[in-house]
Amino acid sequence: MTDVPQTDTAPLSTSKRSDAVEQTSAALIDDKGDTLVGKTVTINRPRQFLFDYWRDFSNLPRFMDNVERVDVLDETRSHWVVKAPAGHRVEWDAIITEEEPGEFIAWSSMEGADVPNSGRIDFKDASGGRGTEVAVTILYDPPLGVIGKIVAAMFQREPAIQARRDLRRFKQLMETGEIATAARTRAQYEEEKN
Amino acid sequence: MRALTWHGKHDVRVDTVDDPEILNPRDAIIKITSTAICGSDLHLYDGYIPTMQAGDILGHEFMGEVVETGSGSTLKKGQRVVVPFTIACGSCFHCGKQQFSACDNGNPADNQDIGQTLYGQPMSGLFGYSHLTGGYAGGQAEYVRVPFSDVGPIVIPDGLEDDEVLFLSDILPTGWMAAENADIEPGDTVAVWGCGPVGLFAVQSAFLMGAERVIAIDHFPHRLELARKFGAETINFEESKTYEALLEMTGGIGPDACIDAVGLEAHGFFVDNVIDQIKASTFLGTDRTHSIRQAIVACRKGGRVSMPAVYGGIVDKFPLGAFMEKGLTLKTGQTHVQRYLPALLAAIMEGKIDTTFLISHRMALEDAPKGYKLFHDQQNETTKIVLKPGMLAA
Repeated sequence: MTDVPQTDTAPLSTSKRSDAVEQTSAALIDDKGDTLVGKTVTINRPRQFLFDYWRDFSNLPRFMDNVERVDVLDETRSHWVVKAPAGHRVEWDAIITEEEPGEFIAWSSMEGADVPNSGRIDFKDASGGRGTEVAVTILYDPPLGVIGKIVAAMFQREPAIQARRDLRRFKQLMETGEIATAARTRAQYEEEKN
Repeated sequence: MRALTWHGKHDVRVDTVDDPEILNPRDAIIKITSTAICGSDLHLYDGYIPTMQAGDILGHEFMGEVVETGSGSTLKKGQRVVVPFTIACGSCFHCGKQQFSACDNGNPADNQDIGQTLYGQPMSGLFGYSHLTGGYAGGQAEYVRVPFSDVGPIVIPDGLEDDEVLFLSDILPTGWMAAENADIEPGDTVAVWGCGPVGLFAVQSAFLMGAERVIAIDHFPHRLELARKFGAETINFEESKTYEALLEMTGGIGPDACIDAVGLEAHGFFVDNVIDQIKASTFLGTDRTHSIRQAIVACRKGGRVSMPAVYGGIVDKFPLGAFMEKGLTLKTGQTHVQRYLPALLAAIMEGKIDTTFLISHRMALEDAPKGYKLFHDQQNETTKIVLKPGMLAA
């Protein structure tokens, strides 16, 4: 890792420098790749409330479009089933590697994952009583081969956009109790979800 | 149900489509009793607004009867409501500051990308106004699904006709906010560009807020006559030079506050306007902006400019030097409708604001395409068209 001192305080995920991924992965507990997504959103709800909702991983499919389901296996392990194009699915087991209630959760995929990935979500009080700043950082390493192509199509097209949309839906759900839809009919609504 | 749908430039049709349904807990379904065609609907009709899709239902000025409610709605079946054109959640940071048109959550997550790219932050949701603002079906239909129905709609007391309160949905609060953004002080002279519905409500609002004189600018004689009815002096820009007239009428000072109620389809063949049209048609620029330029140049030193007019893109030849050197203030934005509803409903009930004068035509929903053509082609006589889904076609 090149050791260039950072001259500002912006998040590393916004850096123009090529060594930003290395530096961000160094901040993670268990680095699982070199493709980086980092996004922050402000949510007008208390830190602990947001942490608690997120910490129950079985809640995540409600606002993460690609995630079909998350089975919670025990206190730290979970099984992820994620939609991929053309009816495919990718699955992996993940483990929480470190957490601080109300502050952050760090996770990593376990051995044999289709998409090795790791990341963390940080919750901190926003300035001016605006609620909580929620920052997600994800590192992943799409594999080679057929499955790799599917995964690349799924994640790499615009992974930052996917993360941004998921965070917006999380914000909508936490602030309003529902996720906004412009659909007019139930049929349109179901079509949009798939 | 029957609904007015957009199919392309100057192509709107009344089609049969599926009825709306309750999809989220805070939704309500409203049976439309009255819905108006807005001047900004003409921007869609003329093809100026991107991200429209064939089949989109138009209409963002509407009212009606509550026929169905979700578990989180505070409305009751049978209530008459007017619905704000801005879709706001009531619980985000911006709604907390009563900046309802800046709501973070009214626009579906996927649709926020376009606004984020174009403007830096995503727009709130609006009814019937392209996918940039959510892609929500509008109210020029028999029924409409209203999200966050516990925050937006205002319940109308018995004894008030639709025609008296319909304009609470958009143009009355928009004209009111335009005047509020002009920070009017007693004794002020306020100039208003454009005597369409928003301009005419801005004229009334400016007087209510203490303006001593209001000067209204347009080129449609009938609209100027309406402005005079409310006590405004007028400039017909086809007969008089606007900047020169404004300066002479204010003893060389210029108006204290200027309100641009025209926006991106300014009429009139001025040199910069023609250049703007050429640029708009060759995609070098999107907005035609004569009125805002003129407002900035005419405004007195240290004065205020308010811009309720709708702009969507990037402009050049903006008189930034005049703006800076004269120390002007500019306020603008989509209307925070929900903020103004209780006070404006009270003002209507007390007879302080006249709303019904504006309506020139009442038509069946089935005749809506004729209405669009009429509103587009004959703006002098056609001040406002109200569509009544319950009325038989002519």
